[in-house]
Amino acid sequence: MADETLFQLLHTEVVAAAYGGGRGSGDEGQRTGLTVLEGMGFRVGQGLAERLPRGALVFREELDTIKFLCRDLWGAVFRKQTDNLRTNHQGTYILQDDNFPFLTQMAWGQQYLEEAPKFLAFTCGLLRGTLSALGIESSVTASVASLPVCKFQVVIQKA
Amino acid sequence: MNLQASWLLRDSQPMWEKDMMAIKPWWVVKGQDKKARNYRRWKIPPYLPNNRDLFVLTYGALVAQLCKDYEKDEDVNNYLDKMGYGIGIRLVEDFLARSCVKKCHSYSEIADLIAQVAFKMYLGITPSVTRNESSRNEFSLILDKNPLVEFVEELPAGRSSLCYCNLLCGVIRGALEMIHLTADVTFLQDRLKGDKVTEIGITFLKKLEEKKCRRKK
Repeated sequence: MADETLFQLLHTEVVAAAYGGGRGSGDEGQRTGLTVLEGMGFRVGQGLAERLPRGALVFREELDTIKFLCRDLWGAVFRKQTDNLRTNHQGTYILQDDNFPFLTQMAWGQQYLEEAPKFLAFTCGLLRGTLSALGIESSVTASVASLPVCKFQVVIQKA
Repeated sequence: MNLQASWLLRDSQPMWEKDMMAIKPWWVVKGQDKKARNYRRWKIPPYLPNNRDLFVLTYGALVAQLCKDYEKDEDVNNYLDKMGYGIGIRLVEDFLARSCVKKCHSYSEIADLIAQVAFKMYLGITPSVTRNESSRNEFSLILDKNPLVEFVEELPAGRSSLCYCNLLCGVIRGALEMIHLTADVTFLQDRLKGDKVTEIGITFLKKLEEKKCRRKK
């Protein structure tokens, strides 16, 4: 749908904005920019989860919650599901997406490997925010080996 | 469904080819990609938040972040306008490819197109178009319902001259510039500032390039 294009373009501009305002230079600037993006994603994730009806959020196990992220949340946001989910059954989950929508428009392969994390930070925050609104504290990181394949690692914090 | 969209956005394809793809019969497009067929069969549950909610929430988070970065309202407004410009120059290609509109012969046709087709396609609303009687180049779009402010009750304290939806102005300005029309787009009235409706004013200025097909008759 047309909404996806609009959201993708807005996301690109948001990434540029996070590095504006005198923040862009050097390693420090890079880290601050990523933190800003992740924070924004967190707020949006919480807002999204609050919009869900209560009945849809009853999950018996942690794994069901992660499956919900992989299937339904990914579908609602990116109009596709994640391609692979791996777990060690001890609180660490790896969600792999072979064709991540924010990375598809860039040159495939290794050329923009350095720039790729900027485009993943918002999604990491989104996942973390949604989990937090569902009552699960976690930390989410992303890694890219070769565009557009990317992996999101979710580590559930035991209280 | 979305196969066309992803092809349309690739910059390597020439523009005419994108138009051709837009009118291919459905059975040709359906057989092209097995993976895409799998994605099409899976239906999104209706209770999930849609892309528009996501867009509105992200926009809110963006404005909040910009308010933290810039102290003055004018700076935030200008930055939003610049961002909107960056979005508009890319969005217009997507719009033209999806809507397959015919050539426009007057400014009022363009204003109608923006209100009835573009806004409907991307934001799901249809603002009404009014024309300033005194000048042939000035139009306003009156938005009864503004989806961008769905979750906003009021402007934050100390930010009374913030144009919350200034991104829209930039988008329209950028899109028009890519089709060789310069325009001045501003907010004339804003519901968040206490007015009854939200009104966007478009003033068409001198053209950037002389083009025969765009000459007003």
